[in-house]
Amino acid sequence: MSAVESDGTAGLPVTLSARQLARRRRRESFLRSWRVFRRNRSGMLGLTILTVFVVIAVAAPLLASSQGLEVTQATGGVLEPPSSQYWLGTDDQGRSVLTLLIWGARISLFVGLAATVISMVIGTLIGLVSGFSGGWAGAMLFRLTEWFLVIPFLPLAIVLATVLGRSLFNIVLVIGVTSWPGTALLIRSQTLSIKERAYIERARVLGAGRWHQMSRHVLPNVMPMVFANTTLTVAIAILTETTLSFLGLGDPTRVSWGSMLDDAFQVGAITTGAWWFIVPPGVCVVLVVLAFTLIGQALEEVLNPRLKGR
Amino acid sequence: MADLLRMRDVSLTYRAEGGDVPAVRNVDLDLDRGEIVGIAGESGCGKSTLASTILRLQPPSARVTGEVLFEGADVLTMSWGDLRALRWAGASMVFQGALHSLNPVRRVGDQIAEPIHLHDPETSDKKAHVRVGELLEQVGLPAGRARAYPHQLSGGQKQRIMIAMALACRPRLIVADEPTTALDVMVQAQVLHVLSGLVHELGVGMLMISHDLSVLADLCDRIVVMYGGRVVEQGPSKLVFGEALHPYAAALSAAFPRVGDPGARYAPSGLPGDPPDPAALPPGCSFAPRCPRVVDDCTRAVPELRSFGDDRRAACIRVGQP
Amino acid sequence: MTGPLLEARSVGVEFVARSGHVARALDGVNLQVGAGEVVALVGESGSGKTTVARTMLGLERPASGEVTFDGQPLSYTGRRLRELRRRVQMVLQDPAGALNPRQTVYESVAEGMRLHDLVAKDPARRTETEMVAAAMASAGLRPPERLFLRYPHELSGGQRQRVLIAGALALGPELLIADEPVSSLDASIRGEILALLLRLRDELGLGVLVVTHDLGLAWNIADRIAVMYLGRVVEAGPTEEVLKAPQHPYTQALLSVVPEIEQLRPVVLTGEIPDPTRIPGGCRFHPRCPAVADGSAAADGVEGDCRGRPLELLPADPGGHHVACHLAALRSSTGPRTGSIV
Repeated sequence: MSAVESDGTAGLPVTLSARQLARRRRRESFLRSWRVFRRNRSGMLGLTILTVFVVIAVAAPLLASSQGLEVTQATGGVLEPPSSQYWLGTDDQGRSVLTLLIWGARISLFVGLAATVISMVIGTLIGLVSGFSGGWAGAMLFRLTEWFLVIPFLPLAIVLATVLGRSLFNIVLVIGVTSWPGTALLIRSQTLSIKERAYIERARVLGAGRWHQMSRHVLPNVMPMVFANTTLTVAIAILTETTLSFLGLGDPTRVSWGSMLDDAFQVGAITTGAWWFIVPPGVCVVLVVLAFTLIGQALEEVLNPRLKGR
Repeated sequence: MADLLRMRDVSLTYRAEGGDVPAVRNVDLDLDRGEIVGIAGESGCGKSTLASTILRLQPPSARVTGEVLFEGADVLTMSWGDLRALRWAGASMVFQGALHSLNPVRRVGDQIAEPIHLHDPETSDKKAHVRVGELLEQVGLPAGRARAYPHQLSGGQKQRIMIAMALACRPRLIVADEPTTALDVMVQAQVLHVLSGLVHELGVGMLMISHDLSVLADLCDRIVVMYGGRVVEQGPSKLVFGEALHPYAAALSAAFPRVGDPGARYAPSGLPGDPPDPAALPPGCSFAPRCPRVVDDCTRAVPELRSFGDDRRAACIRVGQP
Repeated sequence: MTGPLLEARSVGVEFVARSGHVARALDGVNLQVGAGEVVALVGESGSGKTTVARTMLGLERPASGEVTFDGQPLSYTGRRLRELRRRVQMVLQDPAGALNPRQTVYESVAEGMRLHDLVAKDPARRTETEMVAAAMASAGLRPPERLFLRYPHELSGGQRQRVLIAGALALGPELLIADEPVSSLDASIRGEILALLLRLRDELGLGVLVVTHDLGLAWNIADRIAVMYLGRVVEAGPTEEVLKAPQHPYTQALLSVVPEIEQLRPVVLTGEIPDPTRIPGGCRFHPRCPAVADGSAAADGVEGDCRGRPLELLPADPGGHHVACHLAALRSSTGPRTGSIV
């Protein structure tokens, strides 16, 4: 099996450079991973669910007019049950619950992803550097990680909301700040074990500095773990956002699934039996978290072939 | 001469995704008490797989045909109760890589005593303790080392613990799988000394597996050379090592140059290519692609193991030809 | 011989063991390797041979003594070490672990070249691909293109070892240090790798330092041999002399237990190499020395020396046959107390 188009005489590749071939090879391996992922039914289910929600979030303006969020424009009655006009009924302000749900998806997903990105970037960077550098720097970063690890997210959220005012930014900040240590510890321990591998020493022998060793050798071998961890982190971030919004710490001007639950709780939807206000946002949160978890599990199987068939 | 081990036409095939992989093909092997027989070969030749059948330790997905007769009884078909009695008390194994075969959180004395308790639950702790002391002395370690943990022992000492463990239930046959591969040359000499001493003292039969033909030539009475899952040569060890009939055995022997032999100075001898992948064996003689004496006929059919007198056999059509 | 010389001068390397005591992994080693020769550094585990190799490459800093290259002591700054690595390279033990499983063969071989920007500096103005192919071809991987995009797990042990050698050759070094180059390979392919090392010496004029525990390997390809025990060189000289007429009791014992060596009666030493935190006084080999144990040292009157008087360090003399042994010194009719036998 030769991936090289040789001109037959010198034997050296003529039409494609090795770099292009390497890119093609990477694409092949991506397709191969995709095929393995596709065979995992629960992973595909998760991916499907997630795709649906992402489409809904992105296409929100097409699915439901943003006017539907305006309290002043609300045309429905208070807490009306589902009908042909309002498929999921109305909330306590007369707005369509379905509209709120669709637009709420945006916030929940956005916050979840943004917080995760912050958390992964900080966590991976600190975990890598802390694991790779010995001595003083590594120990300091480790202590820093441990210190941040014990910060409880709720009091922090309350403090920030009080001091800086309630906003989405705060929520993203809180989640990012409190979830990066978990990632950092994971990456750090993985880095510690990879650091001892012979190919790191080989890079050193070839003349590589520490930065090269870290970025070209340690990081690519740590990435699989990063990916698997990311999906879990997103799930937790979304749950956390929901919790914080539910407790009234979110942005009052934005609708998210958590704020819907908060509103529902405040107006006593449970006691009045207005299930259409409580159940849909709750179900959506569960579905999205489930989707991420299933994808995460399937990813682990793809990246670690030894887990297959368990 | 009691019938200790008779393997007849043993073949083992693994079931894998891409098809069946023949790991061992039609192997015959005999071993008697007080004898040391060596199985020589490289990675993928099937020697460890073959040895695993003696205690029926092959993976459940493997299909085995032929007979493995231990003292007349077929290991492959015996009942579970008989098999349990056989394992360790009839035949035992010293596994490859002693460093990973010991439980790091238990004292070595307890680990040696474990099979003793398993085979005779009535044994008192005191009796087991005495037996462990005996075993340690037999392998050349002071009895006090029973209280050590594996990490407190050196590589050579750990390997001796493995040997002591193999002797625990007084087996009649010991299979030693690459017992000295990771060890230094002096420690290797010590361990081989222990092993050969045991055979002579206790009259056990020993099957020793190694890729190092010179070690086998020193220690064993007979050597069986395997390649591509089949036996390609067998005979008295000095003859197989010094005047091999099969080109592969000759190459294997030449790979370990004799210090002091002027012919080996600046003349490293090796074979091109790599040992065959059992999943993709070449047609005919599996050694043909690398053989220095290959002819067209070699790829036509798998060569039969033919007799050449003196208890010597070789599977090569080119023996005796110019 | 002319050409650059890598030399260890009275090098001592220490580290702190788990017990808190100081372990002297190397305790005064003199060794040199020059272009166009193959030197074998032989010893068991715990002898310090790998530490010598790593220190000579600058991966470890000596606590005493110094390493010089071309007469200049090594400078341990990043830049100077990198310059050194262009001229002295190492092939690590364990080919399976020494290659990044996520890098293709091409990337592994090109890595060194990219680090030193060799494509830009190439006087023949070759492309990177051409240079990688040339390095792989010198290491015996032909045709190189077929293996460019393979991953390490798709290669055999012998091919992996050749990829490692190609990666080292890609930098165009003058000296190569090979740590146990064939110990993890199948027996039938060892010869090919060893033949490759000899070819590199003959065709490219490389100097090769082979670190190994295998005396047969030394017999096969080495011009000179140095035998180490517990951090010191105990015997050194031309291979034929040292292995056919060893003077040090340790060398004699090592040779005698090599399987299938016919002319020597096996001398199996008891015990194992002592802990480097507690090196015996006098001659460090005396507790296990067969000459002390069987009384021949006492008979010749040197037993007191063996137990009490330390031996001098062996020089790095490439021509002579030197032994660090009180008994051998006594028995040789010429030479100073260190027992140099020329």
